[in-house]
Amino acid sequence: MADTPKNILVQGVFSENAVYRQVLGICSALAVTNLLANTLFMCVGVIFTTIMSNVTVSVLRNHIPKRVRMITQVLIIAGYVMMVDVAIKATNPDIHRFIGPYVGLIITNCIIMGRAEAFASQNRPWPSFLDGLAAGLGYSLVLIAIALVREPLGFGTILGVDLPGRDIWWYQWTIMVMPPGAFFMLGILTWMARARLDKDN
Amino acid sequence: METTLESGFFTALLLIFLSAAFTNNILLARFLGMCSVLGVSKKVDTSMGLGAAVIFVTTCTSGINYLVYNYLLIPLDLEYLRLITFIVVIASFVQLVEMIIERVSLVLYNSLGIFLPLITVNCAILGVSLFMLGQPYTFSQALAFGAGSGFGWFLAIMIIGGIREKINENALPRGLAGPGITLIIIGIMSLAFVGFSGMITI
Repeated sequence: MADTPKNILVQGVFSENAVYRQVLGICSALAVTNLLANTLFMCVGVIFTTIMSNVTVSVLRNHIPKRVRMITQVLIIAGYVMMVDVAIKATNPDIHRFIGPYVGLIITNCIIMGRAEAFASQNRPWPSFLDGLAAGLGYSLVLIAIALVREPLGFGTILGVDLPGRDIWWYQWTIMVMPPGAFFMLGILTWMARARLDKDN
Repeated sequence: METTLESGFFTALLLIFLSAAFTNNILLARFLGMCSVLGVSKKVDTSMGLGAAVIFVTTCTSGINYLVYNYLLIPLDLEYLRLITFIVVIASFVQLVEMIIERVSLVLYNSLGIFLPLITVNCAILGVSLFMLGQPYTFSQALAFGAGSGFGWFLAIMIIGGIREKINENALPRGLAGPGITLIIIGIMSLAFVGFSGMITI
């Protein structure tokens, strides 16, 4: 396949989507999707980290000895995650209180490690930038889709704003914002996405 | 939290262990370590091997990270370096476990394959250390929390491994096989574990 910028983006976001295709990085996908606001902060953090770590790994790829490349990559990623952590804490302490540990866990998000190892360590900086962007966008897309189901069903709100007529007819489906809801939603989403992909092939 | 800390020494440890293992199960309530669960849980044997390695690693790293954080990073005013410090501690520790498993059981070592080094980036391990910081634990309580979390993860991956072994042969709708059905199974298990919450308050 030709590695045009458009191809890299489209594949990364849709057909090779890290979350439902490769089943990576789903810990945070499950944890932060109960409120859309949390999800958006997390997505921005992940996109920033995938892009920056991909570019950095790519720039340094010829200077990192093979033996220590995993630990080097982890350290590069950890550096950027630290920035994200501090930035979120500074701009929005309330959100940070809830998603704080999960922001730290971006370090161990398999998507980022996977892209750094599988793509950035063998490609030039510009494609790596696009690849990181695509992986981050694909991740964000799935998370936002899940959050858009969980928050309205669970709380009857979107971004903390009441849905129309919430007081009159809404029955809060609390299970959706509890852990089981997250597993069911992601399971169903994976099912749908994969059934679709299998059909296309 | 108060009730736990005011109880006797061993009662407190036991409560922390149980709540970490059941009511706040690291996999089913906090969603950590999912990638390796989906990757490794096809068989009970491998699940057990990885689960045991995780118990060992979470217990030890939560202890080490507790000491490092409280006696090195806080006095030096370097709390913001916690993420990098923790991951370095964990990475070196996993390397050690890897060497031990290679010596003790080559079969287990081969069957775990790529997932052993991936323990380093297993979010459950780092997650235990990070969640530990939010609680006013003493050193022994931090160890109990680490052990309990590891045990909870072990328990969960064992059950999932057992169920997946059974459903492996069954025909499933297109696209549902693999991660899809596993996630739904985990969701049902999670429902059961949510039932434990409220038993112990932490």
